[in-house]
Amino acid sequence: MDLSNIIIMRNELSLIVVVLLLLMAEIFSSKNARYMLLNVATGLFALHTILGFLPAETGELFGGMYRNTPLIILMKNILNIGVLVVLFQVQGWLKKPENNNRSLEFYLLTFSTLMGMSYMISAGDFLMLYLGLELATIPIATLAAYDVYRMKSTEAGIKLILLAALSSGIMLYGISLIYGTTGSLYFNEVMGNLQMNPLQILATVFFISGLAFKISLVPFHLWTADVYEGAPTNVTGYLSVISKGASVFVLITILFTVFKEMSDAWQPLLMVMAVVTMVVGNLFAIRQQNLQRFLAFSSIAQAGFILLGMISGTTYGMATVIYFILVYVFSNLAAFGVVSIVKNATGKDSIDDYNGFYSTNPMLSMVMLLALFSLAGIPPLAGFFGKFFLFAAVAEQGMYWLVLIAVINTIVSLYYYLLVVKAIFVVRVDNPIEPIKGELLARVGLVITVIGILVIGIYSPIFEWVQALSFGL
Amino acid sequence: MDKLSLLIWVPVITMIVMAFVNDSKVKWVGAIGAAVQLIQSVLLLFSFFAAREAGDTSEMLFTTDIVWYKYLNIHYATGVDGVSIALILLTSIIVFTGVFASWEIKDRTKEFFITLYMLATGVFGFFISLDLFTMFLFYELAVIPMYLLIGIWGTGPKEYSAMKLTLMLMGASAFLLVGILGIYFNSALDGGQLTFNFIEISKIDIPASAQYFFFPLTFIGFGVLGALYPFHTWSPDGHASAPTAVSMLHAGVLMKLGGYGALRIAVMLMPEGAHHYQWIFIILATIGAVYGAFGAIWQKDLKYINAYSSVSHLAFILFAALMFNQVAFEGAVLQMISHGLITALFFALIGMIYSRTKTRNINEMGGLMKVMPVLGVAYFIAGFASLGLPGFSAFVAEMTIFVGAFQNEQMFIRVATILVISSIVITAVYVLRAAGTMLMGAIKNKDFELLPDAHWYDKVAVFVLIAVIAGMGMFPNWLATMIYDGLGPMFERFVAN
Repeated sequence: MDLSNIIIMRNELSLIVVVLLLLMAEIFSSKNARYMLLNVATGLFALHTILGFLPAETGELFGGMYRNTPLIILMKNILNIGVLVVLFQVQGWLKKPENNNRSLEFYLLTFSTLMGMSYMISAGDFLMLYLGLELATIPIATLAAYDVYRMKSTEAGIKLILLAALSSGIMLYGISLIYGTTGSLYFNEVMGNLQMNPLQILATVFFISGLAFKISLVPFHLWTADVYEGAPTNVTGYLSVISKGASVFVLITILFTVFKEMSDAWQPLLMVMAVVTMVVGNLFAIRQQNLQRFLAFSSIAQAGFILLGMISGTTYGMATVIYFILVYVFSNLAAFGVVSIVKNATGKDSIDDYNGFYSTNPMLSMVMLLALFSLAGIPPLAGFFGKFFLFAAVAEQGMYWLVLIAVINTIVSLYYYLLVVKAIFVVRVDNPIEPIKGELLARVGLVITVIGILVIGIYSPIFEWVQALSFGL
Repeated sequence: MDKLSLLIWVPVITMIVMAFVNDSKVKWVGAIGAAVQLIQSVLLLFSFFAAREAGDTSEMLFTTDIVWYKYLNIHYATGVDGVSIALILLTSIIVFTGVFASWEIKDRTKEFFITLYMLATGVFGFFISLDLFTMFLFYELAVIPMYLLIGIWGTGPKEYSAMKLTLMLMGASAFLLVGILGIYFNSALDGGQLTFNFIEISKIDIPASAQYFFFPLTFIGFGVLGALYPFHTWSPDGHASAPTAVSMLHAGVLMKLGGYGALRIAVMLMPEGAHHYQWIFIILATIGAVYGAFGAIWQKDLKYINAYSSVSHLAFILFAALMFNQVAFEGAVLQMISHGLITALFFALIGMIYSRTKTRNINEMGGLMKVMPVLGVAYFIAGFASLGLPGFSAFVAEMTIFVGAFQNEQMFIRVATILVISSIVITAVYVLRAAGTMLMGAIKNKDFELLPDAHWYDKVAVFVLIAVIAGMGMFPNWLATMIYDGLGPMFERFVAN
């Protein structure tokens, strides 16, 4: 086997190196050195993230099972940045006494799932895709159950692993049908052999269902709220942003390359799913009192918007999806950052607890305001641009009714985001949450996300860069 | 930095400075910022005249055009003509007086002024935009601060009103978004580049089928902000709960975004759609004018009276926008300015009276003229101006609208015009009734005898507004000509299409 160009896998290789180093360090370090190791781990990952931005080689490996293109590198970089922000936010929680002994496990598990996602995105073959998917899923269930002594956390872990197993079973069935009808698992070979026959349509539907579970599209969303609520806050942030983002990346690459010929089959399917997802996510979000559940349903609704870009079926639509994920990473992580800082300090996470929050914590309140307004799509924040471009991609195809449904949904979403804004800014109470000073790194994380929210929209070269890469797919 | 972008940057810089000074100085920073902006607008007016004198006949002056997003051909394109200059001037006058009208804000002063300036930034940005995308962006930027302004600093059922107002206006912007996208994707059927620039779009013919679909969306989208019946319900509640300066800015300027957009974007860009749906919207506007006036009669709360009166007077603007002749269009713009000034004066006075009497119910007041003669006289002046007494701005504007409207010879439109005119009579009823009950007669409440009259900052706000209203009423010619000429080029293409 020729391994001379294995450097194409640089992202995964450097991640493996980090994981192995940390594993060794954990075995050989004394108990007191563990604190230090947390910072070392974060530092190593920061290095890995920076490494991702250096010019990289593109190409294929292992006979086409693994491929790397500029667009794939961009996707991985987006995920890396998101994970870095999560790592910044997680410090306060990991340094709690009950997590002291096993805080490094968090890193190992997180990095393993991230590696799985990388393979998933880079896959050039359904087998590789499936392996990546499993590697990305199983450690997440462990992460969700990280607070083993808390019932809800354990419940979240179990729920996630059982339903994930079910959904990957369905997906595998779809993949086996594809193999049965085309005789190959390689994307390139499958692509030429799809003729829209009923079995292949069934295969497409099964395949999309498997990924829809991970993106929590309605009707595959039922696990989301419970898992998001039960899992530790930072894990929820990771699930809702990184895990979801990676699955969207995979879904869009596959739909736009392998299943391109089948677009007559998946386009109506996604249309229905997009509408239902937006409506259900929004309507349920209105009723939530727990912020983590609230963000769970809001992220379901956001997934509905993401589908719009895919429905358009154009490269421009693809660019808008990737751009929207980039925006979503920053906006959602900013919201989760604030929630996790507050929860670590006080244990409170219901919307009513946030009444009068501004009078004691003006800075955190401002971050929350920006995050929610960006999620709601208020200019001049990044979310506005993200949504506008998604809508434009759909309108370009003449599907104005879909745009109309989507914009009406953004108004519904604005309503519940404003409920949180109301609690924080408008309502006055005698005993609001006391002033909180988060960990230094957590605050750095918030600063990064705020810069992202403010800059990504207004500074147009970012979008144009994403777009240029999408045309190169 | 070009002249027009400065109009955005001055409020932005004011906001940044405000963030770094302490609460007691914030209002001074605000006053200076507003004064600079006012001076800037006046200078802009002079350089506009100078350029026209010098023979510059291009449609938009002082234009800038920077490509922002290439694929969708989104530009940061700015420029002004007679219409937008007039509205920019109006905005800076109202922001300036609004700062003085909110001199007594004590609670979270800094946040209040910063949010207020964010609203102002949005409005200025909207009026200088030539690009539908940035226009839409600034529109939303102007609307969203209303939620915080009413929710935090409002009175009465403020949370309910703030939510209602925000959701209805943002809901309208949802329709607008679809309308704008529809206009955009139909803006180059002859194979050219798609464009968001509305001057360019006005030069081409959008296919009729598209116009029939997108005109109502766009017109209603803007119309909600312009208090189009039956979508006006956010306005009375919102105004009644809002703090003084916010009511001034909102009724005075923000609602004009609706009229401006309905006229310039909806009607001018989609003439066929406008003709097609003309009758529906004329009926709605007529109902709005009459219904608003009757609504005002029933109210006892000063702010509700004025809010319903705004619904009635804003309906004139939408009514004029549907008359399809240049005189009526000119009247629409004149009415935007006149109503903006008068309603701002009303809300300023109501805020000042309320801060003294702690009630806005006219039946609980009486004989206030003896206690606060300055405010009382000013209220009467505002009332006379509002009911269209010659010598004040409203007379000029309403006269122009009705002269324009009567040029249409269809019976339907004539009847509608007469109905709308009749609402002026009703205006006289509620204005005089409110002013009479509140200001004349014996002092009903002993506590009111000791109330102070206008402070110096109140006087600044009131006198500036009265001077402008009277000035516009007595020397309307330059303004009317400027607006008429400004509408010219687009109107010619409107007729040709």
